[in-house]
Amino acid sequence: MTMSSRNVAAIAMGIFLVALPLFGSDFFVDFVMTRTMMLGLAGATLVFLSAYGGMVSLAQWLIFGVAGFAVGNVVAESGRGLKLGMNPWMGVLVAIVITTLLALMLGALSARSTGIYYLMLTLTYAVIGFFFFGQVTTFSGFGGMTGIDPPGFFADEPKRLYYVGVALSLLAYVGFRLIARTPFGMSFQGLRDDPVRMSSLGFNVQLHRTLAFTLAGFVAGLAGILNIWWNGQIDPTSISIGPTLDLLIIAVIGGIAHLEGAWLGAFVFVGANIYLRDLPGVGSLGGFLEERVFAEERFNTVIGLVLLLIMLLSPDGLAGIIVRITTAVKRALGKSGDDEHTFLDADGPEPEGWTSGLAGHTRSSHQHISSTPPIKGEAT
Amino acid sequence: MTTATAPKFGVLHLTPAQIRALRVIPMWIIGALIAFAVLWVLVLADRSFTVETSAGSALAEPGEFIVTLLDGLTFAGLLFVVSSGFTLIFGLMRTVNMAHGAFFLLAAYLAIELQQQMVGKERNIEADEVAMLQWIIPLLVAAAIVAALGVLMQQLFLRWNQGQDLRQAIITVAVTVILADQMLLQFGGLAKKMVWPGAVVHFFEIFGQRYASSRLFMLGLAIVVGALLWVWLNKTRMGMVIRAGVDDQEMVRALGINVTIVFAITFFVGSFLAGVGGVMGASFAGVAPGTDGQWLLNSLIVVIIGGLGSVKGAVAGSVLYGMVIAFSPSYLPAEYTFYSIIFTFVILAVVLAIRPNGLYGRSE
Repeated sequence: MTMSSRNVAAIAMGIFLVALPLFGSDFFVDFVMTRTMMLGLAGATLVFLSAYGGMVSLAQWLIFGVAGFAVGNVVAESGRGLKLGMNPWMGVLVAIVITTLLALMLGALSARSTGIYYLMLTLTYAVIGFFFFGQVTTFSGFGGMTGIDPPGFFADEPKRLYYVGVALSLLAYVGFRLIARTPFGMSFQGLRDDPVRMSSLGFNVQLHRTLAFTLAGFVAGLAGILNIWWNGQIDPTSISIGPTLDLLIIAVIGGIAHLEGAWLGAFVFVGANIYLRDLPGVGSLGGFLEERVFAEERFNTVIGLVLLLIMLLSPDGLAGIIVRITTAVKRALGKSGDDEHTFLDADGPEPEGWTSGLAGHTRSSHQHISSTPPIKGEAT
Repeated sequence: MTTATAPKFGVLHLTPAQIRALRVIPMWIIGALIAFAVLWVLVLADRSFTVETSAGSALAEPGEFIVTLLDGLTFAGLLFVVSSGFTLIFGLMRTVNMAHGAFFLLAAYLAIELQQQMVGKERNIEADEVAMLQWIIPLLVAAAIVAALGVLMQQLFLRWNQGQDLRQAIITVAVTVILADQMLLQFGGLAKKMVWPGAVVHFFEIFGQRYASSRLFMLGLAIVVGALLWVWLNKTRMGMVIRAGVDDQEMVRALGINVTIVFAITFFVGSFLAGVGGVMGASFAGVAPGTDGQWLLNSLIVVIIGGLGSVKGAVAGSVLYGMVIAFSPSYLPAEYTFYSIIFTFVILAVVLAIRPNGLYGRSE
């Protein structure tokens, strides 16, 4: 099998990301790209669940935040919270265990819901989580926690943190795509398309959903640990409904049916947040960013309008636009024999058949083609 | 595949009878926990022999119990007004209107501005200075503006992609983000409060406890709204069409009924209810940026508990959630009151475990 254009692009992007610190400015690497990697990683868990399993989870940002609070409670020596003052690596361990268990619990609780119900239910978890950390002063309180140091290895070495972000992102990207090809991933996609049929074939639908959610929660937790190392502080406002929706916005702008879309959306989101600002005080940019990347005032109107435009015009986001352009270019060059679904074949079991209401009219014409063959093809 | 093996269920290879037996256990645990909670509130939460709680048990301190109960009921009234609009829209159109909270907040801000204009004072308005009309007219005007906005949103962005529920939800998320940002720009970041009309602000004695009549007024208003909704849905021709549309939209269409207009009217009423709730909420507790998200959450919890799309479910969900909100901080041991938020999650988890589609929800 020859390498598809998608894989070529992914490898090229991976090489570019690894080489970036050699020529990119420190500010760009630290404030734009590290953040892009973290948000992209968290967004990828949302995309993984929604694209492969039809579960649009808004609890990913909660899990992301819980990892931060867990690290904060274990590591911080003063201020609010438990103040255990332990080794940063101990914080990592605790955070991973807690986020994975939390994801297991939330995943099991919501395993019987799908589609729009899943979205509402997980949004509810997210907002309850916000109020939990706001009100329960044992773990944080509305003031939040500060002074959470990363392990010494990362102290004053922003590039190392960037490389961890790149490594985790690449691992997650490759991992999620590989998992989609395993028997588990196959049946997970099967129950996205027809849960009743999968259930009558003997697949445990709820178990699949729970496990997938747990896996996504584990990865979102890793992204959250990275975030707390980068930020050094966390407060409940950073996991309130606004940032929760921001993660959905990132995934949707990038393209919620494409795994790559998460990082694409994160890059656009972070980039827009930094470069679209019309603040005169550019000098204080660095310090302000560190405090509150999401607190820019008019930025939300801009991002809301972008989201609205994307949803009205191209519901599969920027990644969808790119796919459409490359398909059109290929067709114009006469490279492909049978026109429309070439990229689907090349991609193998990809989430193009995702039908829970997001796919626009352009897609619906060949949904039936894409949703069944990969499963049959890989299973035999 | 090997032959002649016994049918296996689940990961643990249990027989169906064993699975049935296992399923009973969580029900018993849940039942025991609920029984303990009831017993705690009615008898055990007594300062003289258990721990200090902010309200005593029904047996020891009937006044405090009644006040907590009334708090729960009156808050449930407000919950019902807001969430009935949400569930009405969802029931007919399958549209999850994430802008419901933003409409709530916008109506509140508009009504506050209008009330200040009518009273002729920018700040420190006392209840005695507010005539009944100076509360009702801002309520109706603000709710109508928000309802018109809702219809506008539906006509522009939602009408042509009916059925793509996720796309519609994200479109309303976009509207929410824009509205929230613009409201911050227009109305600032400080908390604002609508003033109850003087006629409803009294205090009366109940079992030796002072209680604000404005809360009862809120409950009365909610009952009026509920009654009007019931009459509209059950006794009018349009209500009949809406109920039929909830059951089978295609059939209603096929019978030659103009569903598009019914959709627009339902969206108007649903957003109007968000607006009415917003003005009531602003009079009851004030509003600030962030209140929109909080009320979106409240609506979501009520409809998830009660069952999406069911007005009956909205009543049940409101009462249950209102009671949990009122009782959990009052009856938790005094030094743990801040854990009361957990009970919101617990009630959600328990209802979902027993009835995944909510109390009055139907499976798809």
